[in-house]
Amino acid sequence: MFQSLGKYILLLQLSFKKPEKFSVYWKEVMLEMVSVGIGSLGIISIISVFIGAATTIQVAFQLSSPLVPRSIAGSIARDSNILEFSPTISSLVLAGRVGSSFASQIGTMRVTEQIDALEIMGVNAPGYLISPKIIAGITMVPMLVIISIMLGITGGYIACIVTGDITPADYIMGVNEGFDGLTIRVALVKAFVFGFIIASICSYQGFYTSGGALEVGQSATAGVVYSCVWILFADLMITSIML
Amino acid sequence: MIEVKDIYKTFGDNEVLKGISATFHTRKNNLIIGGSGSGKTTLLKCIVGLHEPTKGQVFFEEQNFTEMDFTERVPIRTQIGMLFQNSALFDSMTVEENIMFPLNLFTKQSKEEKLERANFCLERVNLKGKNKLYPAELSGGMKKRVGIARAISMQPKYLFVDEPNSGLDPKTSILIDELIDELTTEYEMTTVVVTHDMNSVMGIGDHIIFLHQGQKWWEGSSKEIAHTDNKELNDFVFASKFMQAAKSKL
Repeated sequence: MFQSLGKYILLLQLSFKKPEKFSVYWKEVMLEMVSVGIGSLGIISIISVFIGAATTIQVAFQLSSPLVPRSIAGSIARDSNILEFSPTISSLVLAGRVGSSFASQIGTMRVTEQIDALEIMGVNAPGYLISPKIIAGITMVPMLVIISIMLGITGGYIACIVTGDITPADYIMGVNEGFDGLTIRVALVKAFVFGFIIASICSYQGFYTSGGALEVGQSATAGVVYSCVWILFADLMITSIML
Repeated sequence: MIEVKDIYKTFGDNEVLKGISATFHTRKNNLIIGGSGSGKTTLLKCIVGLHEPTKGQVFFEEQNFTEMDFTERVPIRTQIGMLFQNSALFDSMTVEENIMFPLNLFTKQSKEEKLERANFCLERVNLKGKNKLYPAELSGGMKKRVGIARAISMQPKYLFVDEPNSGLDPKTSILIDELIDELTTEYEMTTVVVTHDMNSVMGIGDHIIFLHQGQKWWEGSSKEIAHTDNKELNDFVFASKFMQAAKSKL
């Protein structure tokens, strides 16, 4: 385990060495941003709306006491979305969608000698392949999380209209009540860290692939599994530190 | 000129190279031949720095390549072109982008100049007009030629070729061999080719090193190879019925 950790840290060090030519790296960063951001927008939107709706319905179901105002469902759904569902669930989904793509892309390049070709040319392969992915991860995951929060809250509103468990006015009132900006900061810190975890761990798994197609698949699986575990661990740590 | 001195390479308990020393001459096709598992590709990867030798040194024009770190190696690496066994073209790039890739990173040429160089290289390997194709759209022989075009785009001093004929039909193999031979003369390169193809050996083998069980077993030219009394080399060279028939006519 310590050997893997050492290799991971050394790979990250290599990834952030000075680029051979900034313009070439910049192009790669833009391509990765489009791939991570625009490419994941569909799945993140669908998940966010449904989770937001389901959360609101469940909270409304549990608010059986007449002493508790119905608008509280909006507040609970909002905070649940901001603090947990949008950053964590979105990141777990992104680990599957983006992380597996990173690991398999780099792993395929490894087993087909494309990484060797880069190194022969004198290109810092970790820098060229991994740093754009990490930059894309730490910038686009927070953006996706912000979109996810908005859509999650919108999903809750739609659930109110469709089911009638809570009136939309109560829901909106709850969403506006007692909002604390700290929750957004926590969500963005989580998203930043999760983006880094997904990009770096999956790239690491891909970079050290050896063998053939079977091993590329195994690297992608390992990348997703490790990313998910570390996302959940980091979620706990950030939550306990910041809240 | 490239010189390797007493190279050893071990993977775990498996000692693949056992003290190989050799000199690879400029303007010559230096062939490393041997059976499967003899250590040919490992030796090639030790020379270019993809594997670090367990012991021994590699010199490029008397510069100790083995002792250099990654950054110090870059000036030498920009003078190296390599054709990989499976061509190793970048899947996400077109033919033209593949060839321009090293130029983009290591030169200050304008886009027009880089494009002109890419077109020249493509023309040189008889692939004029294939600029916009992706590697997945190319045949095996075309991939090899694009690999060669990419390898020569920076006008290298050293060309390394790993199994240039693998997966190719005999006619295309000969074309690739001829291309390597012509480019070696044209660019005055030190060319090192790893192969077990006897057509290549007899066709372009100016200087041949035969590896057997990780050791240098024999060294000579294509003219000398048919007349050696080295048993292991004879077993390798005359393994096919075609070569046996050719030998009986010698």
